Amino acid sequence: MKNNIIIWMVAGLVAFAVSALAQDNNCLTCHQDFEDEDGPAHKIVRDIHYQKGLLCNDCHGGDPTLEDMDDVRNSKGYHGVPSHFEVPKFCASCHSNARYMHEHNPSLPTDQFDKYKTSKHGQLLFGKKDTKVANCVSCHSVHEIGDAKMPHSSTHPLNVAKTCGKCHADPDYMAEYNIPTTQVQDYLESVHGKALNEDHDLGAPTCNDCHGNHGAAPPGVGSLAAVCGNCHAFQAELFNRSPHKEAFVENDFPMCETCHSNHNIKKPTDEMVGAEEPAVCVRCHESGDGTKGLETAAAMAESIKELVSVRDEAKAVLANAQQKGMMTTDEEFALKDVEQILIQTRTLVHSFNKDEVVVKAKEGLEKAKIVEEKSTSLIDEYFFRRKGLIISSLFITILAIGLYFKIRKLK
Amino acid sequence: MSTNNSQNDSFVTRAYQWVNERYKIDALVDYMSHKAVPIHKHSAFYYLGGISLFLFIVQVVTGILLLMYYRPGADSAYESVQFIISTVSFGWLVRAVHSWSANLMILAAFLHMFTVFFTYAYRRPRELTWLSGMGLLGLAMAFGFSGYLLPWNELAYFATRVGTGMAGALPVIGDELLVIMRGGEEVTGATIGRFFGLHVAILPGLFTVLLSVHLIFVQRQGMSEPIEWTEKPESEKKYQKFFPNFLLKDLLVWLIVLNILAVLAVLFPDGIGVMHWPLGVKADPFAPPPAVIRPEWYFMFAFQALKFLPAHILFIEGELFGIIVFSIGGLIWALIPFFDRKSHTGKKPKLVFWFGVLVVVFIIVMTILGYILE
Repeated sequence: MKNNIIIWMVAGLVAFAVSALAQDNNCLTCHQDFEDEDGPAHKIVRDIHYQKGLLCNDCHGGDPTLEDMDDVRNSKGYHGVPSHFEVPKFCASCHSNARYMHEHNPSLPTDQFDKYKTSKHGQLLFGKKDTKVANCVSCHSVHEIGDAKMPHSSTHPLNVAKTCGKCHADPDYMAEYNIPTTQVQDYLESVHGKALNEDHDLGAPTCNDCHGNHGAAPPGVGSLAAVCGNCHAFQAELFNRSPHKEAFVENDFPMCETCHSNHNIKKPTDEMVGAEEPAVCVRCHESGDGTKGLETAAAMAESIKELVSVRDEAKAVLANAQQKGMMTTDEEFALKDVEQILIQTRTLVHSFNKDEVVVKAKEGLEKAKIVEEKSTSLIDEYFFRRKGLIISSLFITILAIGLYFKIRKLK
Repeated sequence: MSTNNSQNDSFVTRAYQWVNERYKIDALVDYMSHKAVPIHKHSAFYYLGGISLFLFIVQVVTGILLLMYYRPGADSAYESVQFIISTVSFGWLVRAVHSWSANLMILAAFLHMFTVFFTYAYRRPRELTWLSGMGLLGLAMAFGFSGYLLPWNELAYFATRVGTGMAGALPVIGDELLVIMRGGEEVTGATIGRFFGLHVAILPGLFTVLLSVHLIFVQRQGMSEPIEWTEKPESEKKYQKFFPNFLLKDLLVWLIVLNILAVLAVLFPDGIGVMHWPLGVKADPFAPPPAVIRPEWYFMFAFQALKFLPAHILFIEGELFGIIVFSIGGLIWALIPFFDRKSHTGKKPKLVFWFGVLVVVFIIVMTILGYILE
């Protein structure tokens, strides 16, 4: 009898605990009932916060154990849906708290809100109370926020252009800001956009790599070389010590963008350098303008052209030797060296110093000529082998014929 | 002019006498001059053994030349072969001739074996000549298998891994045999060392001894006469002198083979078709195996037949079953002179003939399927 009482007590306690736990998130129980599949209560299960253990009340406040919605709204700490203006501070209450974030995701920075305040978006939101500008949820979404490493996340590199384009590619939405709305399309057609979106090269930049993410802003004229230099370090270094750096600053030219444009950056070609159209040099320089611009451009273009031409000749002779079945491993390696030097020569254009370009091109020319000479020797060797075969084969045949007559004579 | 000839003759005669006084070669010369070779519609088959011998000599010579530059080892084998082909004067030619003569020797040896088989030339009293020939063919194939790995390129590496893996499938001794062959659990630089030693020292030694025995048997017993001659009267049999007639004809065939070898080596230094040995890329044990791993053409029939077998046959593994069947088949083939009790009486043994046809058809069909299905 005594044992039965203990069993009933334990069972009662378990039932109570289970019912209490079941009531922990009444928000979802009700909201999932009346919301469709795209509603917040359904989306939230895909959200990183929910997956990390945060519940509705951790953001919206209130008592989730209550069953009546009105009771929840009146319960202590309930603050419902934050306004567009409130969102950044609302998110920052956790994300700017280094101690709190360290417990949940130590690798995540906690300066997003500070950066946001310096961004164009933040300045317009807090300065002009413009609630059309992007806040946290505009980019990260609401209720299905994902880690940027996850492919479905709106901030994954492959999705960033689309995320930014929601506003920046919408002419009606952007009308009052007087900025172009072709950036996304231009970017998608650029060498960077194609590398990322067509070749899926995640090392290629997207919007936030140049503009920043939380501190998003146009990279001003002065900092453009630094922005591009993040990846194109050698070109930026060459440019910064070139005579163009000072001239561009004086004339307020946007550094790299002056020649390469900004969003619609195409793969550079050798025709971009020179003293005649379509070279970009002639946009600013003309003969007799008091600079050595066109002379330098012509010399650099000539060096590159000559190196390309000799490289192509060497390549053709090497292909001929390969086609003849000759062993060309050393020559192939040497040609790779030439290709490397050609890349270096093209890069040196950013020094706008013809001597540096000419010297490097000369190094490539010498190596390319060696490849051509060695490949030609291999082709000569190919014909030498055939001549040798004919002579030795003829000798053996004569010997065989002589032997044949000797055998006949024996009979 | 005649004075010069007589001077030369006297020099040759004197030299012969000088040697004869010391080594009594008169008997040998007399034996050679009386030796005769039968003439009939299949006389051409007699040259196949000589062709195999000639190609073996070519391999010994080219092999010695290759040995001067080849350096065994995982870090040096591939590079040294590359050096031989690209830098050493006529190195490409030496390697090409070595590879072509190896393949042609196996081909000539196979043809030699089948012509001997279908003309019943193995019959009493030539049982041991046949057996020593079988031993030579086995050694020749071991030469091919061990030589295949030596350039240490991708295809050779993976083919050797498959080949030695088959030895590992043998019961009881399989695991030990695998380690002995590879010099460890895997195909590594240690395997090259072993295969190199086998290829340039052990196999040539064994081959030379067995080849000498084989040639002594052939010289002592002479060429086998056609089985149809058993009932033929002596007056209807035709012969030619071994020396100099047959020997000079043999020499003529060797010259023709040498010419073919030269043409093939110069026009196709990396081989062509199923006889193909491009250096390709260096072996990388960590790289995924190439899409097509295939052995040398003369192992293809066995390789393909083993692939056709299911994972298990009765209570043993399919691969092991195949190896056992091949071993039994090979043993029967080698001992055929002892099973065939009919041919030495002049009657053609039908069972042996159809067994031979079955083996030839099996080898040809499996080889063709091996290349088609890959």
